[in-house]
Amino acid sequence: MLHDMSFALPQLLRGLGVTLEIGAIVVTAGSLAGFVVGLSLLYGGFAVRLAARLYVDTIRGLPVLVLIFVIYFALPAFGLRFSAFQAGITALSIFATAHIAEIVRGGIDSIPRAQMDAAKAVGLTFWQRLHLVILPQAVRRMVPSWVNVAVEIVKGSALLSLLGIIDLLLAMQNVVGVTFSPLPFYGLTAFLYFAVNFTISRIGGLMERRFAYLKY
Amino acid sequence: MAPILKISDLHKHFGPLEVLRGISLDVDPGQVVALVGASGSGKTTLLRCVNALEDYHKGSISLGDEQIGYQELNGRRVRLPESRVARQRADLGMVFQSYNLFPHMTVLDNVALGLVYVQKKSRAEAERIALSWIERVGLAEKVKSYPFQLSGGQQQRVAIARAVAMQPKVMLFDEVTSALDPELIGEVLAVMQNLARGGQTMLVVSHEMMFVREVAHRVVFMDGGVIVEQGPPEEVLVRPRTERLQTFLTRFRGVLR
Repeated sequence: MLHDMSFALPQLLRGLGVTLEIGAIVVTAGSLAGFVVGLSLLYGGFAVRLAARLYVDTIRGLPVLVLIFVIYFALPAFGLRFSAFQAGITALSIFATAHIAEIVRGGIDSIPRAQMDAAKAVGLTFWQRLHLVILPQAVRRMVPSWVNVAVEIVKGSALLSLLGIIDLLLAMQNVVGVTFSPLPFYGLTAFLYFAVNFTISRIGGLMERRFAYLKY
Repeated sequence: MAPILKISDLHKHFGPLEVLRGISLDVDPGQVVALVGASGSGKTTLLRCVNALEDYHKGSISLGDEQIGYQELNGRRVRLPESRVARQRADLGMVFQSYNLFPHMTVLDNVALGLVYVQKKSRAEAERIALSWIERVGLAEKVKSYPFQLSGGQQQRVAIARAVAMQPKVMLFDEVTSALDPELIGEVLAVMQNLARGGQTMLVVSHEMMFVREVAHRVVFMDGGVIVEQGPPEEVLVRPRTERLQTFLTRFRGVLR
């Protein structure tokens, strides 16, 4: 057992590293792009708004796995070839972008219109109104849903093992394939996933408390 | 004397509902003009048009010799770019019925915001000016408080300080005491009265007839999107000529005698 563990642990930790790397890249990319798409949903001209709405609604209606397979298996037919890692990151980022866009839109939309009026009356320009008045209030309301997306992404990254990316899940399967002792390693893997997501939730909780002075 | 604010033949409708049907109104520098009328008569909409918070369909509004919110291009009226409108709004101060302070900022930051980001003053200079206005509205001990820690009357005084600190050419007051508990109304009106005495040009929508009578140089009665009657308060409020104004004023008989 001890021997199994010393063989398995480095592999699982390497898998965990890959899972964390995927999560970090996807959440960062999805947040940045989602922010832009979310603003487009609210403030874009007609065509931009329509395009953003189509994107968000289409992607949110698809299972992530379909997205992953389309990008990895179907796009090469059109001459777009990605490595498994690139395809996985791209698919998850497209998914995260759509969800975060909707969160950004909802967060900003939930701020009373009167705040925008007051910011206009002060003489602030559009971008000043957004970053000085609206976003500081809206971000707080986005945090809980944003945490949900981050957790979904970490869990969803397990799907990338289907492309042969040795993330935490595939590392676990490899380990179990060699040691033939599923229970401890399934348990350990589940615990690692839980630990990552619990940490994300805690960070979200801290951020919410950081904005606790925001009362109406 | 040339008027500082000139509203000409303003028309606005929300769908089929005509809210403003040809409003013309001049405000001279240093003048306090009160807009009175029943709710739905278009007073608030008129005020919001002046600050370019609403579009309108016909007419024009000028501050000094600059048209607000629009320009004439080849005989057509075109909305000015957002950045130009923002600069124009900096010359107009507005106070709202629901205060609309920024809840994530202290009192000091609320008042200093426009000075720093619109007037591009240094942080220290902006805070010095902000502080002097916060003192003038009697809230020196609240500079570090957040809006939720203040009473409605205190919040509204901060909102006034935030607007006047920018030294606007015209101040717009939109029913600023309507959301306040009766015992808090006086402190806000006192601040406004001081501003008026200091020569601030003001366009005031109010239902406080005592205040209007005492402070306003001119009272404008609106009904159904038009100006029905206007003149000095002693005339308009005490000897109304039209039946519509007489009916409106019966509600205030107690305060106006």
